[in-house]
Amino acid sequence: MEHNTKDTGSVSYLDKTANGRGILAWILSTDHKRIGLLYAMVMFSFFAVAVSIGFTMRLALIEPGHKILSARTYDALFTIHGVIMIFIFIIPSIPAFLGNFFLPILIGAKDVAFPRLNLLSWYIFVIGAVLAVVSLFTGGGPIDTGWTFYVPYSIQTGTNVTLAAFSVFLIGFSSMLTGINFITTIHRYRAPGMKWFRMPLFAWSLYATGWVQILATPVIAITLLLIIAGRMFGIYLFDPASGGDPLLYQHLFWMYSHPAVYIMILPAMGVVTEIIPTFSKKPIFGYTAIAMSSLAIAFFGSLVWGHHMFTSGMSQTAKWLFSLLTFIVAVPSGVKVFNWVASLYGGSIELEPPLLFTFAFIFLFSIGGFTGLIQGALAVDVQVHDTYFIVGHLHYVMFGGTAFALFAGIHYWFPKMFGKMYNKNVARLALLVMFIGFNTLYFPMFVLGWEGMPRRSYDYLPQFHTGQLISIVGSWILVPGLIIMFTNLIYALFKGEKTPANPWGGVTLEWKISSPPPRENFEEIPVITSRPYVFGAEAEHE
Amino acid sequence: MLPDASNIAKGVDGVLLFIVITGIVIIGIVTFFMIFFSVTYNKRRHPEPDSVQDSTVLEIVWTVVPIGIVLVMFYLGWKNYKFIQGVPKNAMTVRVTGRQWSWLFTYANGKNSGILELPVGKPVKLDITSADVIHGFFIPAFRIKQDAVPGVVNSIWFIPDKTGTYEILCTVYCGIGHAHMLSKAVIVPEADFDTWYNEKQQVPVQANAAAARGEGLIKQYGCTGCHTVDGSPLVGPTYKGLYNSRITVITNGKERTVTADDAYIKLCILDPGVNLVKGFPPHVMPSFKGRLTGRDIREIIAYVKTLK
Repeated sequence: MEHNTKDTGSVSYLDKTANGRGILAWILSTDHKRIGLLYAMVMFSFFAVAVSIGFTMRLALIEPGHKILSARTYDALFTIHGVIMIFIFIIPSIPAFLGNFFLPILIGAKDVAFPRLNLLSWYIFVIGAVLAVVSLFTGGGPIDTGWTFYVPYSIQTGTNVTLAAFSVFLIGFSSMLTGINFITTIHRYRAPGMKWFRMPLFAWSLYATGWVQILATPVIAITLLLIIAGRMFGIYLFDPASGGDPLLYQHLFWMYSHPAVYIMILPAMGVVTEIIPTFSKKPIFGYTAIAMSSLAIAFFGSLVWGHHMFTSGMSQTAKWLFSLLTFIVAVPSGVKVFNWVASLYGGSIELEPPLLFTFAFIFLFSIGGFTGLIQGALAVDVQVHDTYFIVGHLHYVMFGGTAFALFAGIHYWFPKMFGKMYNKNVARLALLVMFIGFNTLYFPMFVLGWEGMPRRSYDYLPQFHTGQLISIVGSWILVPGLIIMFTNLIYALFKGEKTPANPWGGVTLEWKISSPPPRENFEEIPVITSRPYVFGAEAEHE
Repeated sequence: MLPDASNIAKGVDGVLLFIVITGIVIIGIVTFFMIFFSVTYNKRRHPEPDSVQDSTVLEIVWTVVPIGIVLVMFYLGWKNYKFIQGVPKNAMTVRVTGRQWSWLFTYANGKNSGILELPVGKPVKLDITSADVIHGFFIPAFRIKQDAVPGVVNSIWFIPDKTGTYEILCTVYCGIGHAHMLSKAVIVPEADFDTWYNEKQQVPVQANAAAARGEGLIKQYGCTGCHTVDGSPLVGPTYKGLYNSRITVITNGKERTVTADDAYIKLCILDPGVNLVKGFPPHVMPSFKGRLTGRDIREIIAYVKTLK
């Protein structure tokens, strides 16, 4: 499989003489690969900031009553941490970075359907991110509402909610445009012979995600505008004093923000679905089931938002219906997990870093999923709602799930993106350290939450001290793990060994072109004659 | 360990246990096969992959069986929750008002209290609401939680079945004092409760009756959530040594020094936005206009005077 190294004479998208020098050749580029990397740069810069904030917040809780940070500072920090991680890091992470880079290649296209719109999306994203930063230093200062902007507090507080909400509004626009772009690309730009069920599953997951982005994002956009209208013009749709309803806000907010969870996790599932066949050297088990479960998750996931509001005061009917749907949406996720594991059966498995990251993802995401079931059960949700249990759960799903899948994807496609290989043993070490740190940091939160520790508190009762301490020690392990991983990757970016075009022996289209990929991906658009993930002997049969 | 001190607790714990055990078993199986396959079918041992066909039967099995399992979980969760609709007729009603940043409990006879005192073994219904933003009323030991939403009354009921003192916390972020929006549920034998319930509002123990009532008021209205009486600053300035002291405030963006006399304190209570004490965050204190009478404020000032 590693014979495909011969340079076909095409020019790499990274080549300086062909693409022009300097920063302008990047920020004016409409090449989907360059735009993907532009997203990565912005995302990871913000990620570094938000990790530091998270680390600081942990540290501040080292002793009850011992106020390292004032309440006001802590409240601002957990809000900024949430806004950055959710809106600037996790939501765009896999679609905008890996999706932009690999979707066109995986379906045999030269670029996305609307390359200029793609660049515009990045600009809107950057402007939104910059405004979020500006909001910290202008008006009433850093917002302290939590990333959920719950009314009436968000209308009453003197902090700079207006600008922060507007920045999230802009970032939402960017996400919507990317969704439109991907859906059009998938409908119109598949290579000849690539029928729907010959598409790689990462493309399927981005397709399902695209629909959620288009249909759900406008709801939060409008909701945030209504908050701004409330603050600036006194149009209080959500204020009971003026005949409004604060629960209406919660419905509108979660109508987007719960589907947003699937915007975060579906592409992650797509990434690991690409990785498993490559390292077990056999087709994915249950291709159709995995593709359909993505659509099922996107559909049912849009109907479960009410489970964020079991204690808010909804009607009994709404409560049991949302609880039932929440349990149903767990099933397609389970189907995916079973198919991934079944894909290993009878394979020829190489435990390379991307596969190990994938295993970590499956384990952590399963814990995230099961703790989600605990919250879906009405009687138990009453106890754990708005406590540290939720904080633990959401980090298992978003960090253990999406971010670990992102790391898996980066380790998988790094040699393709840059034509260089990182140190695999250092990558394995980083994963081990992160895995231990992650569980030490977030698992105690389940116990703390069950025993009643409320989230978003800068101080706590003495009985929660032990759990907090264990969790803080976890952050001291997790962060060094992250540093090892990123140092290894950045080192490889500059000094990594050159690698052949197909170091893992993958069979999807990206492995059939040179590394780094040529400017227009394919010299000649390939013609597809079989399903993806067909290896060795079987390929000859086709 | 978390005590189970209400009629609800055991049912809730049972549902949790069921889901946790199912989860451990299923995640255990998934993890076992992940490791088992990685070892058995490792490239060194198994250099050529087998040809494995998709199996519709397997897909159906691992779709239908999980649906069955989650439906059981759903049913258990609902069954242990739906009792909430059937409030017993003999339940005692207490009105709970959340406000930044304290809880106020109002009993049927008009008695106000900052702690929730209840008789053991008697059903109680809580009518929960908020005076300002959304709060979350939470008693972990009873496994009950209900958001306090302004403009809406949400009710829950339960039977506290063990005497003792249990924590009440706020779970919905409600501003700077959120972490300290704490109270206690005190569960006592019925006779003790009756005595407490019928005793007159705080007999003044101090010679100064007005100051004594003032002390009661600042606890009842949650002032001590932000202002201490022992000299340490919290969210806002302390009351100790405040009266007639010279303090630096920011008025209309300009710094000036004022004397904390009766008029100043009254203005701070009714219109807290006018003067901001230097070093403290703005927009935090709510106005008490319409909530405290002139007499209330005089009594609070009388109490502040005693804190030297």
